[in-house]
Amino acid sequence: MSIAVEPADAPVAPEPREQSPWRRFASEFAESKLALLGLAMLLAIATIAITAPWISPQNPYDLAQLDVLDSKLAPGEHSSSNGKTYWLGTDDQGRDMLSGIFYGLRISLIVGVSSTVIALAVGLALGLAAAYFGGWVDAIVMRIADIQLSFPAILIALVLLAVLGQGVDKIIVSLVTVQWAYYARTVRSAALVERQKEYIEAARVLALSRPRIVLRHLLPNCLPPLIVVATVQVAHAIQLEAALSFLGLGLPITEPSIGLLISNGFQYLLSGKYWISFYPGVALLLTIVAINLVADQLRDVLNPRLKK
Amino acid sequence: MLAFTIRRLGQSLLVLLVMSFLVFLGVYAIGNPVELLVNPQADAIERARATAALGLDKPMLEQYWVFLSRAAHGDLGRSFVFNIPAIQLILDKLPATLELAFCAMVIAVTIGIPLGLVAGLKPNSFIGRAIMAGSIFGFSLPSFWVGLVLIMVFSVQLGWLPPNGRGETVMLLGIPVSFLTLDGLRHIAMPAVNLALFKLSLLVRLTRGSTREAVLQDYVKFARAKGLSQRRVVGVHVLKNILIPIVTVIGLELGSVIAFAIITESIFAWPGSGKLLIDSINQLDRPVIVAYLLVIVTIFIGINFVVDVLYSVLDPRVRLGAAAAAH
Repeated sequence: MSIAVEPADAPVAPEPREQSPWRRFASEFAESKLALLGLAMLLAIATIAITAPWISPQNPYDLAQLDVLDSKLAPGEHSSSNGKTYWLGTDDQGRDMLSGIFYGLRISLIVGVSSTVIALAVGLALGLAAAYFGGWVDAIVMRIADIQLSFPAILIALVLLAVLGQGVDKIIVSLVTVQWAYYARTVRSAALVERQKEYIEAARVLALSRPRIVLRHLLPNCLPPLIVVATVQVAHAIQLEAALSFLGLGLPITEPSIGLLISNGFQYLLSGKYWISFYPGVALLLTIVAINLVADQLRDVLNPRLKK
Repeated sequence: MLAFTIRRLGQSLLVLLVMSFLVFLGVYAIGNPVELLVNPQADAIERARATAALGLDKPMLEQYWVFLSRAAHGDLGRSFVFNIPAIQLILDKLPATLELAFCAMVIAVTIGIPLGLVAGLKPNSFIGRAIMAGSIFGFSLPSFWVGLVLIMVFSVQLGWLPPNGRGETVMLLGIPVSFLTLDGLRHIAMPAVNLALFKLSLLVRLTRGSTREAVLQDYVKFARAKGLSQRRVVGVHVLKNILIPIVTVIGLELGSVIAFAIITESIFAWPGSGKLLIDSINQLDRPVIVAYLLVIVTIFIGINFVVDVLYSVLDPRVRLGAAAAAH
């Protein structure tokens, strides 16, 4: 399901025989200009998020730096005290929106990536265990995953956050809880297919230890579909966190994520002060589009069924 | 077939019971509602009396048992805030949510399936690519932000549509609905479109994928070879065969639309059950939260059950697979 703009009948360069898998992967990925654009956007956003404390005009979490006299200034207006220009305007507390967005991206990415990595680890362990041991382990793990997946993630996360309260750690816990089942399912189905293959049989014949077969032979071959799911899930996690923060259930107001910035500007929207909500939304949109573009191409490149 | 249905029904009831316990346990842990309800100057004795009156001083398992036996009689407790039965509060608000969800689904289906068909029949054309690029945006757009932008454009800038509320309603079979009055339509337009956007993209992608597979099948080639018009080939032969998975997904997604309506209702101040849930969470109105979740879980389990049974009617392999797994 690619929207990649492939060259119609580009002459295929004679491929060198000894091409490493990484290089082949890179060149296949680069076939889509759109995916490269997504990757470039993603790198730029990640750089901004990582370097936010150094490149932001102000520290949006430091109340001493905020000037209430500068509140709700339109984009491009100047500060009344030091003449600084607020390129994207300010919010109700006089917070520079550009700095707020930079810091907000930081929180959104931290939440999205860390919850995905933890959920991946949990799902991987449970899914592999289910596939390897089978029997009642398989039945219990997959039954729980099925039941959980039959309810929308937002509902489960909402209830969990209502119970746990606000905070970065709590939102990560609830995102991990809603995400692990996707990985468990994916890795289990991949492992069940891989287990039947000859290289596993060969490893068994060599009398390798069970942990070694699972970790060194089975696991690496289950990774490609997991990578695809994980990329998509990072985008989902970021979206979910933003939505939950928008509903006032995610993060505390002192450290606004992108979703909270948008929520914060909502009350001023009807009086025409659009920028407080609008620009954080654009930043969120660009982040998610970038991840989805990369994920779309990864899905095509890593899908063996689409190989010529 | 009957055995399959009964077994599936048993599973559904078990899930409902487990969920009710989890929901009750989870919601039990939220704050102490007594703090909110009694006068801040109240002394310890008064607090204790309020706690006892609400039954909050008993052990948790006992509270659950009382809750469960009352729930079996359709009594899910009284709202701490409104002091009316929680289930009545939910059922009052539910029609508005269902109306919104159905309208969103209708929009998603009537636009999504034709677009998906076009993109599937001509995957490499400009229009096919444009539709797919659009669907990536549909997936990526944060729905609550789209809601804000809609309000910004159509309410603030253009002043065409009202930003909140339900507008004028008329009674249809004893239920107030908005979509039959002009004012109501003006109110429901933005929330419904907002809610539909994500499902629309999903349907475009699903229809396109199924169509691309279907047009390669022999029966389509045969139909073309018979000299049938493109219209008939697509409208009858392709569409009929891709509809089975699409109908399944629509059924399953109906539940998720109801869940996502929580966000849409909060943005557009649509007086439905989702907004009630958020308000109740903020006010620690425990019985309403539990009642909402149980009603929603019941709706979900009901939808899943119906879809599963329908699917096994449509596709005998599912039934056989389940029977084989049971042995």
